[in-house]
Amino acid sequence: MDWNLLLPLLLNGLIVGALYGVVAMSFVLIYKASQVVNFAQGEFLLVGAWVCWYFLTEWHLPFWAGFLFTMAFMTLFGIILQVVVLRPLIGEPVISVIMATIGLGMFFQALMKWIFGVFARPFPPIFATERVELLGLQVQPVYLMSLAISVVIMAAFAWFFTASKHGLAMRATAFDQQVAQSLGISVPKVFAMSWAISALVSSVAGVVVGAVNGVSSALSFYGIKVFPAVILGGLDSIVGAVLGGIIVGLLENLAQYVDATWLNWGNMYAIAPFYALILILLVKPYGLFGTKNIERV
Amino acid sequence: MTLREAAPILQADNISLRFGGVRALTEVSLSVHPGEVFSIIGPNGAGKTSFVNCVSGRYSPTSGRILFEGQDITRMRTNRRAAVGIGRTFQNLALFGHMTVLENIMVGRHHLLKRGFLAGMAYWAGGAEAEELKHREEVERIIDFLEIQHVRKAIAGQLPYGLRKRVELARAMALQPRLILLDEPMAGMNLEEKEDMARYILDLNEEWGMTVLMIEHDMGVVMDISHRVAVLDFGRCIATGTPEVVLANEHVRRAYLGEVDELAAEPVA
Repeated sequence: MDWNLLLPLLLNGLIVGALYGVVAMSFVLIYKASQVVNFAQGEFLLVGAWVCWYFLTEWHLPFWAGFLFTMAFMTLFGIILQVVVLRPLIGEPVISVIMATIGLGMFFQALMKWIFGVFARPFPPIFATERVELLGLQVQPVYLMSLAISVVIMAAFAWFFTASKHGLAMRATAFDQQVAQSLGISVPKVFAMSWAISALVSSVAGVVVGAVNGVSSALSFYGIKVFPAVILGGLDSIVGAVLGGIIVGLLENLAQYVDATWLNWGNMYAIAPFYALILILLVKPYGLFGTKNIERV
Repeated sequence: MTLREAAPILQADNISLRFGGVRALTEVSLSVHPGEVFSIIGPNGAGKTSFVNCVSGRYSPTSGRILFEGQDITRMRTNRRAAVGIGRTFQNLALFGHMTVLENIMVGRHHLLKRGFLAGMAYWAGGAEAEELKHREEVERIIDFLEIQHVRKAIAGQLPYGLRKRVELARAMALQPRLILLDEPMAGMNLEEKEDMARYILDLNEEWGMTVLMIEHDMGVVMDISHRVAVLDFGRCIATGTPEVVLANEHVRRAYLGEVDELAAEPVA
C-alpha cells in the first residue's frame, strides 16, 4: 500500500464527495418537492460560478459581496425558472418535463459560452495559497474552505427541514400535496422555493469549485456526477444524497488509486462512478434510503 | 333554538358536482350554524366526501355557491381556505407518515406562523421568543386535550390506527379553525375508541368553540352527538333536521337505514 498516494486521494475524495453531496441534495430537493428530474442541475453550478466570476473580475467586488450578490441572483434565477418554464408543465407527462430540463441545460451551457467564451478562466485568488499541514498532509486552504462550506450547507439543510416553517411545509408537500394544501400550505410557493434553494445551493458549490479549478463549462459535469450519487442514496432521500455524494467522491479516487497502482487502464477516475451506477440499478434500484414505491422514470 | 337564529357559518347553495357523466352531487343546499355539530349521513357513494371536498377546496363544484361566514369561497384556493378558518381530517388517514407527531401538528400551524422559523421547537428550546412560546403553548394544549403526550416524538406512521386518527385530529385543530370537517373520524375504531373520539368531538365543539361538520356511518354516535343531520342519497340531499326528525323520515329509512318496503322485500323469482 502506498499511503503517500492513497491518503491524499482519500482526502480529495472526501472534499469532492462532499461537494457532490451538496449538489445531489439540491437535486433531490427539487425531485422531492416537485417530482421533476432536473437535468440542468450542473448548469446551476455553471451559471452561479460565471456570475460570481463576473462580479469579482468585472465589477471588482470583494469576494464576500460578490458571493452574496451571486446568491441573491441565483435565488431569483431559480424562482424565475420554475415560474416561467416548469410551472406551465405541471401535469404534463414526466418525459416532457425531462425534455424541458435537458433543453434548459443545453441552453444555459451555450449561453454561458456565448457570453463568457469557451476557455477556462481563473478566479481571483481568495485565500492565502500557503499550504497548511493536516494529518501529515499538505493541504491548500481553499480545499478546507470547500469542505467547511459543504458541511455548513448540510447542517443548514438539516436545520431547515426539521425546524423551519418552510422546511416542514416542503416535507409535507413532498408527502401529499392535497393534504398539505388543506393545511394552508401554498404548493406553488413550495415549488418555487425548492427551485430557488436548489439553484442557490448548487451555485455555492459552483463558486467553490470555480475558485479551486477555474470556471469553465466542465463545471456542469457535476450535474452528471449527481446521478450515481442520488441513485446510490435513493432518489428521494436528502441524507442518501449526501452519503451517495461522499461515496462517489471516495470511489472515484479509490478507482484512481487502483488504476494507478495495478491496472494502468487509465481514466478509471471518470468512469468508475458510472459502473457503480449500473451495478446499483441492477442490485438495489431504490438506493440505500429511497422510498420503494417511487416512480421510476 | 338560538343556533338557528345566528347567520350560518357555512352555507352551500345548490352545489352540483359532475365528473364527466357522473353526477356526484346534484343541487345540494345546506347550512351549518355556528356552534353546531352537523353530521352528513348516507349510503356509500352518496356524495358525502365529495361535498366535504367542495367545502375544503379539493374539488371545485360545477355549479352553485359556498359561503363561509358570509364570504364566497367557491373558487378560493385550498390553502387560503385553511387560513380563513376551515380545517379538515381525511377519510383515509393522511398523516405525514415519516414525520414525528409533533412535526405533523406543527405543519398544521403553518399559516399562523408569521416568522418563518420555529427553531428549537417544543421542548429543547431555551429562551424562546413570545410568538414561539404562544405556539408551543397552543400545541401543548391540543396534545394534552387529545391525550397524545406519550407519542409526541414518535414517527406518526408507526402508531396504531386509533392514535393516528387522534394525531390527525390534533393537526386539524392546530389550524385553529372555526369550522372543522371530519371525514369518518371513527371509521375502523373499536367501541372504546369510538367513545373517546365522540367525547373529543363534543369537547372541541363545546370547549374549543369549533363548529363541526362530520361524516360518520355509526348511527348511534351520529344520533347521540349531532345537533342536526343531513342525509345524502345519490348526490341529493333528501332530508335535513334534528336526529329525531331525520330518523322518522320515511325516505331516509328507505334509502339509508336498510328498511325495505314491501315491494323490494319480495324475493325475485
